[in-house]
Amino acid sequence: MSPKPMPTLLIANGRVIDPSQSMDRVANLLIRDGRIAAYDAGPEGCDRVIDASGKIVAPGLIDLHVHLREPGREEDETIESGTAAALAGGFTSIACIPNTDPPIDSQGAVEFVRHQAARARNCHVFPMGCVSKNREGKELAEIGLLVEAGAVAFTDDGAPVYNPELMRRAFEYCLMFDKPVMNHAETRELTQHGVMHEGLVSLQLGLPGMPSAAEDVMVSRDIALAEATGGRLHVMHVSTAGAVEILRRAKRRGVRVTAEVTPHHLTLTDECLRTFDSNYKMNPPLRSRDHVDACIAALADGTIDAIASDHAPHSKEKKMQELDQAPFGIVGLETTLGLVITKLIEPGLLDWPTALAKLTFHPARILGIPKGTLAIGADADITIIDPEARWRVDPARFRSKSTNTPFAGWELKGRAAMVLVGGEIRYPFDARERESANP
Amino acid sequence: MSAELVDLGTVPECWKQRHLLGLEQLSADEITLILDKAEVFRRALDGGQRRIPLLTGKTCVNLFFENSTRTRTSFSLAARRLGADAIDFSAATSSLSKGETVIDTAKNIEAMGVDAVVVRHRTPGTPHLLAQNLRSSVINAGDGTHEHPTQGLLDILTIRRRFGRVAGLTVALVGDIMHSRTARSNIWGLRKLGAHVIVCGPSTLVSPRWRELGVEYSYKLDDILDRVDVLNLLRIQFERQATRPFPSVREYALLYAMDSRRLARTKPGILILAPGPINRGVEVTAEVADGPQSAILDQVSNGVAVRMAVLWLLMGSRKQVSS
Repeated sequence: MSPKPMPTLLIANGRVIDPSQSMDRVANLLIRDGRIAAYDAGPEGCDRVIDASGKIVAPGLIDLHVHLREPGREEDETIESGTAAALAGGFTSIACIPNTDPPIDSQGAVEFVRHQAARARNCHVFPMGCVSKNREGKELAEIGLLVEAGAVAFTDDGAPVYNPELMRRAFEYCLMFDKPVMNHAETRELTQHGVMHEGLVSLQLGLPGMPSAAEDVMVSRDIALAEATGGRLHVMHVSTAGAVEILRRAKRRGVRVTAEVTPHHLTLTDECLRTFDSNYKMNPPLRSRDHVDACIAALADGTIDAIASDHAPHSKEKKMQELDQAPFGIVGLETTLGLVITKLIEPGLLDWPTALAKLTFHPARILGIPKGTLAIGADADITIIDPEARWRVDPARFRSKSTNTPFAGWELKGRAAMVLVGGEIRYPFDARERESANP
Repeated sequence: MSAELVDLGTVPECWKQRHLLGLEQLSADEITLILDKAEVFRRALDGGQRRIPLLTGKTCVNLFFENSTRTRTSFSLAARRLGADAIDFSAATSSLSKGETVIDTAKNIEAMGVDAVVVRHRTPGTPHLLAQNLRSSVINAGDGTHEHPTQGLLDILTIRRRFGRVAGLTVALVGDIMHSRTARSNIWGLRKLGAHVIVCGPSTLVSPRWRELGVEYSYKLDDILDRVDVLNLLRIQFERQATRPFPSVREYALLYAMDSRRLARTKPGILILAPGPINRGVEVTAEVADGPQSAILDQVSNGVAVRMAVLWLLMGSRKQVSS
């Protein structure tokens, strides 16, 4: 049986913002055979015209830091539910962290993730592989075989690669595949038992603190090793003013380093912990205002390349515990875009092209994947954003299996109205909405 | 029954708190109200009254997830003196060891018909978590290194009974400030009532950041001795320290132990407090602990009175239901 020919679509009158081509203009976008076929086309010969007036037409969003939990913790999230949450949040591609149980440290495990993602038919999933076998930080995982199976980057996230010799070897070994090593930068001896940022608030609450220096020390080490080897370093979830400054200087020297920041490290501070709510417990911890401001400035000046959710689902039972028992992390796929628009674009901290670059083109470049662009011939992964839509974060409506978010009840402006993956409308989920309504 | 006790018939309408989670969120008036009522109970106890049945029919449970003898006994006694039933629950004998969560455990106990839950837990915020999930009143009997409000109140009551006031006094908290919930509760309470507070200890346990709480800090006990009215000698919390913050107990004692040599350099009328249990010879020498300036045992008596006041304010009858 030959596949049904894909409908030819025209996305008309939208403001097309594609940072990969420095494009920001109103245009009609023609999609044929699942690819971007032409700009400024007319409706002739189209099966459907989608009116995108007043909307923003962007390359499909990419999240390069997502915990999908499958295999091993399907009670928190599955590849099916996590990719549905991604679509609902406007993401067409996500890179998943290999700290599952068992971890993604073998060809078979990578292929399992890709197989489950293909079955779910939601968004694209790009698996990351472990740096070390079984994430033990002792010997390198079979990185070459993992690359062959489809792994796009390497990380032991959840934990840092602790042994500097192993980190050095990882940088060197990944050179021949041109893959980045991504590290969770934390000096564990400085953070042991910590549940929040060390500062005035932790002192008042009597909660064990995690000093910002714990991040700065490890980022310094990683940059020194990347510089020494010529390897590619990606610093995950940057959260401190110190790390930002170390990154800025390293980039100026030409070190091959990139960095991401999460929406929560841009919008919340350690003051939130005064509620003792474990939905404010994450690692790295929410920092004080000066660190948040430094991260925002670094995002604006290009020191930080990407925004990533660090989507970390945990079931309610796990989070509803004493603060030291509750696990670190929050879900983020379904709130990231709304937070970026409401808290960064609306107040004028970032303009649309800069913000979208951090969610499309830059993460694609970091991962080395042919995504994040609306260039002619590219896969038609497209996110149509309604920048005016006002909505309230209601965890009960999440597609994710977990609801551990500190943003419940927040009033946000702007969200994905329609998401196309390979030229096929995958969001809204409701078939009638998908067929009839314009975004 | 004395006239003062008749006056305790209904809880004053100005008292709005349902829980006692810390002194940080109480106003000076609320703290003063607790101290005033505690004073009444203290006098009644001193007068030989053993039963003041204001909470007859009420039930109070001690939910202790950390070891305690003094505080738990003090709360039990306070409840019984007021005619309430007091039950003890300790984590070692519970289904917590079978994997039950702290919220489930507390809800189960509450379902047995409990009006107040007195919680001690190693983790800051756990009483707050329970307060959000229970219908009964929650009293924080110490949450990790965060707060221990009744300890703070009894220390302040002891000070007020000795000096007749709190405002204008200089109170030094000495020792393991970083790991002390007693220090934090004392700071909030004393500051609200107008005292000047100095935190004093080694620089790994006291830092300039404490100034942001409105207190003075010092590394040198010898430098502050001649200008303090009260010395509250906090216990070194060995069990809460991730790594040892000073090289040896010997070195600590040399720098901070309150001994007769240091005592001689203090103001006349100095009041020495220690929340106990004390490490004799570390924070304070035996001769000072047992000397005339020490109010250590007086603190214990005030502890029962303060807890009676707190239990009564939270569980006592309100005006609308009075006969």
